[in-house]
Amino acid sequence: MTSAIRFVLNGEEVSLGDFAPTETLLDYLRLRRRLTGSKEGCAEGDCGACTVLVGRLIGGALRYESVNACIRFVGSLHGTHVVTVEHLAARDGRLHPVQQAMVDCHGSQCGFCTPGFVMSLYGLWMANENPSRAEIEIALQGNLCRCTGYEPIVKAAEQVAAARPSALFDPIERDRAEIMAKLWTIRTSSDTIRVEKDNRQAIIPGTLQALAEVLSDNPGATIVAGATDVGLWVTKQMRPINPVVFINHLTDLQTITEDETGLVIGAGVTYAQAFEVLEAYHPALGRLIDRIGGQQVRNMGTIGGNIANGSPIGDTPPALIALGATVTLRSTAGSRTLPLEDFFIDYGRQDRQPGEFVEKLTLPPPDDEAFYAVYKISKRRDEDISALCGAFYLTLDGEGCVDTCRIAFGGMAGIPKRAKAVEEALTGRPWSWNTVASVRDAFDEDYQPLTDWRATAEYRAITARNLLTRFFLETAGQSQELARFEPEEA
Amino acid sequence: MDNTTFEAKGTITGPMHASLKHDSAHKHVTGSAEYIDDMPEPAGTLHAALGLSERAHADILAIDLSAVKAAPGVVAVITADDIPGVNDVSSNGSHDEPLLATTKVEFHGQPIFVVIGETRDQARRAARLARIDYRDLPHWTDIDGALENGAPLVVSPMTLKRGEPETEMGNAPRRLTGQMYIGGQEHFYLESQIALAIPGEDEDVTVWSSTQHPTEVQHMVAHVLACASHAVTVNTRRMGGGFGGKETQGAHFACLAAVAAKKLNRAVKFRPDRDEDMMVTGKRHDFRVDYELGFDDEGRIHAVDATFAARCGFSSDLSGPVTDRALFHADSSYFYPHVHLTSKPLKTHTCSNTAFRGFGGPQGMVGGERFIEEIAYAVGKDPLDIRKLNFYGEPGSGRTLTPYHQEVEDNILLRLVEELETSSDYRARRQAIMEFNANSPVIRKGIALTPVKFGISFTMTAFNQAGALVHVYSDGSIHLNHGGTEMGQGLYTKVAQVVADTFQVDIERVKITATSTGKVPNTSATAASSGSDLNGMAAYDAARQIKERLIEFACRKWQVAASDVEFLPNRVRVGTDTLTFDALVKAAYFDRVQLSAAGFYKTPKIHWDRAAGRGRPFYYFAYGAACSEVSIDTLTGEYLVDRTDILHDVGRSLNPVIDIGQVEGAFVQGMGWLTTEELWWDGKGRLRTHAPSTYKIPLASDRPKIFNVKLAEWSENREQTIGRSKAVGEPPFMLGISVLEALSMAVASIADYTVCPRLDAPATPERVLMAVERLKAM
Repeated sequence: MTSAIRFVLNGEEVSLGDFAPTETLLDYLRLRRRLTGSKEGCAEGDCGACTVLVGRLIGGALRYESVNACIRFVGSLHGTHVVTVEHLAARDGRLHPVQQAMVDCHGSQCGFCTPGFVMSLYGLWMANENPSRAEIEIALQGNLCRCTGYEPIVKAAEQVAAARPSALFDPIERDRAEIMAKLWTIRTSSDTIRVEKDNRQAIIPGTLQALAEVLSDNPGATIVAGATDVGLWVTKQMRPINPVVFINHLTDLQTITEDETGLVIGAGVTYAQAFEVLEAYHPALGRLIDRIGGQQVRNMGTIGGNIANGSPIGDTPPALIALGATVTLRSTAGSRTLPLEDFFIDYGRQDRQPGEFVEKLTLPPPDDEAFYAVYKISKRRDEDISALCGAFYLTLDGEGCVDTCRIAFGGMAGIPKRAKAVEEALTGRPWSWNTVASVRDAFDEDYQPLTDWRATAEYRAITARNLLTRFFLETAGQSQELARFEPEEA
Repeated sequence: MDNTTFEAKGTITGPMHASLKHDSAHKHVTGSAEYIDDMPEPAGTLHAALGLSERAHADILAIDLSAVKAAPGVVAVITADDIPGVNDVSSNGSHDEPLLATTKVEFHGQPIFVVIGETRDQARRAARLARIDYRDLPHWTDIDGALENGAPLVVSPMTLKRGEPETEMGNAPRRLTGQMYIGGQEHFYLESQIALAIPGEDEDVTVWSSTQHPTEVQHMVAHVLACASHAVTVNTRRMGGGFGGKETQGAHFACLAAVAAKKLNRAVKFRPDRDEDMMVTGKRHDFRVDYELGFDDEGRIHAVDATFAARCGFSSDLSGPVTDRALFHADSSYFYPHVHLTSKPLKTHTCSNTAFRGFGGPQGMVGGERFIEEIAYAVGKDPLDIRKLNFYGEPGSGRTLTPYHQEVEDNILLRLVEELETSSDYRARRQAIMEFNANSPVIRKGIALTPVKFGISFTMTAFNQAGALVHVYSDGSIHLNHGGTEMGQGLYTKVAQVVADTFQVDIERVKITATSTGKVPNTSATAASSGSDLNGMAAYDAARQIKERLIEFACRKWQVAASDVEFLPNRVRVGTDTLTFDALVKAAYFDRVQLSAAGFYKTPKIHWDRAAGRGRPFYYFAYGAACSEVSIDTLTGEYLVDRTDILHDVGRSLNPVIDIGQVEGAFVQGMGWLTTEELWWDGKGRLRTHAPSTYKIPLASDRPKIFNVKLAEWSENREQTIGRSKAVGEPPFMLGISVLEALSMAVASIADYTVCPRLDAPATPERVLMAVERLKAM
């Protein structure tokens, strides 16, 4: 057993055995290290003022991702390289090109959000040589600015992409080989790490088997993957969770494989990692993932976590239920697989037994004949939680009648839930305007939505019906949808 | 004479009217710009956290803080009993805003006690352990509820009246009545409220406060500590955004930190969590506008009668002047021949609403633009034509008098609007949009071109004064201080330009220093867009005095006439010779010339009689216009802003890039207010949109896809402002109204533009869809 985590902070190797399981990276940086460039704007991963980059080894490569330091726990940093805004400028004080572009384009006013924007732009600059405006906006979804109106920041991203400077200037490129070697050394051990402080424990299991054992011994433990939800339990609700089991480093949970059963996605795969494969499988799913949280949240949050936390407004469950996905849970007793929709029992209650963890989910192979669409409706288009999210899957028989039909909604009930009455009303009937119009009221049998700050019950009910209309129009090739960018611009 | 060589340069860096980057830009991007939470903490610094009311309106029967006190790390718990002076932070002296509640709470989230802990985390955790017994009282949180319950007014209402509205309403060929709801807005400054209080000897305390109004914080701290103002020094280097939210609202945190610091004789830092900040501090006022309009078939307005009822919250704060300013701008850009306007500043059981960029003006203008829309749809014309028909006229037209009896003397509306109409290709695009809509069942488009006319000056005449302090050190470097605060708007940069320009030295010589009540006293809030007008002039006055002393010295020493002393870039010509600025300063020092001066400025010409509803509250008007195009989805109510063109008037810009930044940022903030930013209280009076996860300000992907912003370069302030510039902070906020109106037009297409959609604000996707459904049902 080991009792310290090891990571690299900017240029310095750190061994840390003194931290509470819920200490955030932002507090560690600001309070303990006096690295005050990263700011706290919201402490819930929504404003991006605390954005830093975290580099980790993925399949032999060292990849850097923007994350929210405010909800990222220190305990999740084992074997990573944390890069803060202080690390960017050259040693002689010259600005990094990303910083210089922000200055040249007048991208800062009050300046409080600026370090976070610089880090998001830096992450984009590293990952994408020539980003389109659409890609820039996607990279900036997790950063709020209240002063500039964003135009100069987007221009800065374009300017710095247009004039790519020498890699020698860049602190990450400069030290990449050295950092990689360091991280490899750290990761050679697969010992389980336990760090205790004030009678609270952070457990970092070295293997999946160790995870199962840890959970068996600690059935009340909180499993933390991306912390995009659990982070708020700590920063907002101040829940005294203990022990905390970190799984974000377990590469065995981060695989995506394809076989005859379909696409198998490990529970630890982040939204960002899953994007490419899912988009290729189902373009509609890719578009949905691009609208979950901001880039930082997509870099941290996992699809497994989105399921495991059982939220009625999680975005992926309805989309995956409509596809007929299954979920596999594992414990020391073995694994079991069930249809995803059966995992959600009631509001706040899932079919996860003590000691179990979500291991993977499986998507059936795509059917080229099937129609599939997901529509997320939110007050603000990007980085918002759904008022409602509707997913539709449909196959037709030779006569043009509805053969299979799976419709699932989030935001319409206490759990992600299928519209069984609507499905039943549609099945076997001609897929036509008249059929669609005649089944609209069946939604009332399936859902009695609530009124809250995201929408009224009335709006949810009308829009759910209208989304069926939209789906019909789409299958009929008469789709009319808002698109900020034409396909060629994206 | 010292004839040392100098670098001959034709111009200085950073003169007035130059496009200079923000003085802190380099520090912003490296993370080295210091905000209060970044400052090294004095040894032994403690941290504060709030204990909040869990009822909207209730008597407090008992408070049990034993568990709080026993929690780990807790050093003290502060209640109203610990306040040595007055338990009140009312900014207007009406004593209706307790710093900490004692026997009664009047909104959910009202502060009752403060925990002081060794760490912030410990203080926050302990604050949740209080047990408070309440007896609930009836509560209402919105305007309708206030009116139904006969809620009191938090301040006396204002009435503006001109002409014969009663008779002329009756005589008008056409009349209509209507109602509009306009939502409030959370400031969402990225840096939350924060204060750091450091106790000193005697009664002294130094407070670092993120505030737009250091002098008011100084006064409040003195009141709650029962000491003289001279014992309190308030410093502000920069805020991470303010937008009006730090005009009065910072005082609570500063005062509580100061009370704890003096009681415990330790430094105390108070940084609320974002959610607490949003629950506790005031916001933009919501309004309900009830209106009756008299007009003719051409669409010309004959008479307007409107009541502007506002959600003020539990105390008066700035609600009086905010609701006043709503009435001052209910005319938007239009001449109302006969008019009667009344405000209703209603008490509600919510946080006390406060200043927010535009200060009631935007709500007044949204009302005025609704009037135009109503008339346009009623007579079947393009709203832009109705606008132009009703614009204020040129002097002598008989159409220049505002409802508050001030003449509009500097009207540039028509030129501005017609330039934008042409450059945005408004007419052709509107035509194309109507053709598109005729053939598009699901997606509909809309376009609107709306004007801005915004009155500049504090309507409280006394606030229109400013001071500055300029030192020239004997090495020729310059220390600049003034009463204005920097919240990102570039005020420090602009005022430094004024000083550099006055002395004709490079701006790098001018050190911009933190605003401090110890350097410049009795300052006004940096608010009402007045920052550069007032402080620029005050700094100019200080620099001018030193410059005149230098000229007088040079005349004396080198026996030349004053006309023979000329300040050239970084040097001074004395007769036929020149010397460096440094050399002149050094020589003046050795001749015992005073090289420090306090400057002062007060705005001329203005006066206001609120009771009579007459006067000249505004020194001048700033103008602008925006044309926005949107697309809506009639199945879901979602929308996109496809394009916005802006032409805005800042007079002769002191710094064009900073001004363009203000215009762009204000537009997006105004658009956010009218679209996705929605405040939502539940039945228990709890604000449920108290974090960015639930309260949605615009993102990069929400800004107009095509965004063309221009300053009206030909404009020059007709009044003698600094460099003939105009204020820029607030006016462009109201350019966002073009988006609301464009959404409205897209909705109106459902009923073939024959019905005013009466789209209320914020026009969330839900409100757009409901308006579509309403028109479909007609």
